[in-house]
Amino acid sequence: MSELISVRNLYKVFGKNPAKAMTQVRSGVNKQELLTDHNHSLGLKDINLTIDRGEIFVIMGLSGSGKSTLIRHFNRLIDPTEGEIIVDGIDVMKLRPKELEQFRRKKMAMVFQRFGLLPHRSVIENISYGLKIQGVKKAERLEKAHQWLETVGLNGYEEQYPSQLSGGQQQRVGLARALCTDAEILLMDEAFSALDPLIRSEMQDQLIELQASLKKTIVFITHDLDEALRLGDRIAILKDGELVQLGKPEEILLNPATDYVEAFVKDVNRARALTVETVMQAPVNRITASTIGEALEQMKKIPERYGYYVSDEGYQGVVLQDTLEKAVQTNAEASLKEGMVEELEAVSPDAILESVIPDTLETDYPLPVVDEEGELQGELSRSNLIEVLGETSRQAA
Amino acid sequence: MAEKSWLTEFPEMDRSDLISIRKTLDGAYREFSRTYGDSIEAFFDPLLSFLSGFEQLLLNSPWWLVLGVITGLVWLASRSWKLSGAIAIALLAIGYFGMWEDTMRTLSMITVCTFMAILLGIPIGILMARSDRVQKIVTPILDVMQTMPAFVYLIPVVMLLGIGKIPGLIAVIIYAIPPVIRLTNLGIRLVDKEVLEASTAYGASPLQRLVGVQLPLAMPNIMAGINQTIMMALAMVVIASMIGVKGLGQPVLKSITNQYFTLGLLNGLAIVALAIMFDRVSQAWAKRSQQHLESPHV
Repeated sequence: MSELISVRNLYKVFGKNPAKAMTQVRSGVNKQELLTDHNHSLGLKDINLTIDRGEIFVIMGLSGSGKSTLIRHFNRLIDPTEGEIIVDGIDVMKLRPKELEQFRRKKMAMVFQRFGLLPHRSVIENISYGLKIQGVKKAERLEKAHQWLETVGLNGYEEQYPSQLSGGQQQRVGLARALCTDAEILLMDEAFSALDPLIRSEMQDQLIELQASLKKTIVFITHDLDEALRLGDRIAILKDGELVQLGKPEEILLNPATDYVEAFVKDVNRARALTVETVMQAPVNRITASTIGEALEQMKKIPERYGYYVSDEGYQGVVLQDTLEKAVQTNAEASLKEGMVEELEAVSPDAILESVIPDTLETDYPLPVVDEEGELQGELSRSNLIEVLGETSRQAA
Repeated sequence: MAEKSWLTEFPEMDRSDLISIRKTLDGAYREFSRTYGDSIEAFFDPLLSFLSGFEQLLLNSPWWLVLGVITGLVWLASRSWKLSGAIAIALLAIGYFGMWEDTMRTLSMITVCTFMAILLGIPIGILMARSDRVQKIVTPILDVMQTMPAFVYLIPVVMLLGIGKIPGLIAVIIYAIPPVIRLTNLGIRLVDKEVLEASTAYGASPLQRLVGVQLPLAMPNIMAGINQTIMMALAMVVIASMIGVKGLGQPVLKSITNQYFTLGLLNGLAIVALAIMFDRVSQAWAKRSQQHLESPHV
């Protein structure tokens, strides 16, 4: 994947004389001292990150961590005190006012925590607002807005005013407005934080579904780790304006970089947050032989008394050493396919752990993990599960 | 005689000094108005012809036509038969008591003053909202304009332009313009920051933000300011009659000097009727244009 947004050595100091305060920051003064002794607030400190094309990049932190400040640097709603922001090869800091307007119109669209809809404009006019700013003709922009209105499921609400809609509906309008400009990058600033838990999870589903077909680059801000884990391809965790960890969701769950991240992570329901892929072990018990005799030879080399039979067509089922030993006495040359292979439902590497717990417990052997092409990717045992899920309960206790 | 102590008597400046200061300032201003009075008057000529033309239009049209047009405008703005009917009856009563011409003069004066106040006030309010520095400079000026007794700033205006409609107009505008400036400024500053930020994030230019977001969202406040401006202009009409503005103010002034209670009361009531008309109509219109703000859904 190619890199779309790149942020280098970004600093933001709020106050009357940021340049002077920057010299203090560089000499090692921390956030607290800067505030009490110099009356300047350190918003962001030495942020370095890159965001790839087509990924959902989540920036997570509590209030005051600087996450909303950071996202506003991408379209320069806030100017940095120091540092570089490159978006698709464009140095955002070098844009002149008119160029900056064009950049904001074409490159990025933004969704806001409290929606930011125009209260005096109808739903359909709100959705087409970005196009109106660009000077697109009325008939054209309304037609396009209608398509997005349908996509987010607000048919029939065209002429309503935002105040007549519920919070969830208003945010759908906000999302449709952002999608309507066809901008490549979607900035979502705590977009779902103001919604009820049920509506929020519905909106998350809708976003994931939309993303599957749209393949936008989404920068998503949240203070909710569950949301971050659910949506994020990668997650950056901010604390007091500093980037403390950046990685894939499972990396953050399984290897928290600092105590701060660990404290965050401990309350997460891992069974719901992790997928099979992150927990499974490499498939060692693989049987590829075609006859019973060869299969038994293979079986003896592997540590377990069972194996997963994989033919040219991929995973077929499970084979037991006991069955093989019995069968080999009658006919060692017979094909393995006939009667030797027991069917065993495989699980997908993308499945959520919670959904495979019952199967794992009911089956005598570890479950085979098979991808969409039918290839055996790994195996998931009870002890794998207990190891990963047990850690949470221990930490939580 | 012993020297007076500064402890018991306030150390005043010498009387002759004060007189010479007054004389110098007055003389300088008189000199200034002699030199530039004519050209300044010429500058205001278009305004004068506009004002006179409007007044002549109201006076020369048949009374029933004017009555019909006003009632029609009231209905258009408010969509209320009750209000329109009440206004028509009030105008008929005004005419019946012989105050039609004066009322038309005052009506034209108020209309032009309000129009000018909006034309000048809203841009000033916008500038104030955009810059804290402008706000810091303009706010004390507005304070002075509102608290300085109106008679005091009538003097230089009369010295400069003599007696007549234009000095009256200027005096009324000075007196009545502060509310529309203040409330335009306040209204724009109170616009929801997130809505404005959204507009910026979608690449709106400063003009697009002003016209598309700030002014429409500030409209309830601006309308309240315009309403106040109209009310203050009406209140100023009586004072402006002292410098020759014709209309309902002059009979009131005459009543004060001659102790004609009934004449004063009738003309006063006519001013009240005009005030109610302007107030109800502008508010009804403002409310109708802001319907989206009344949310049935909470």
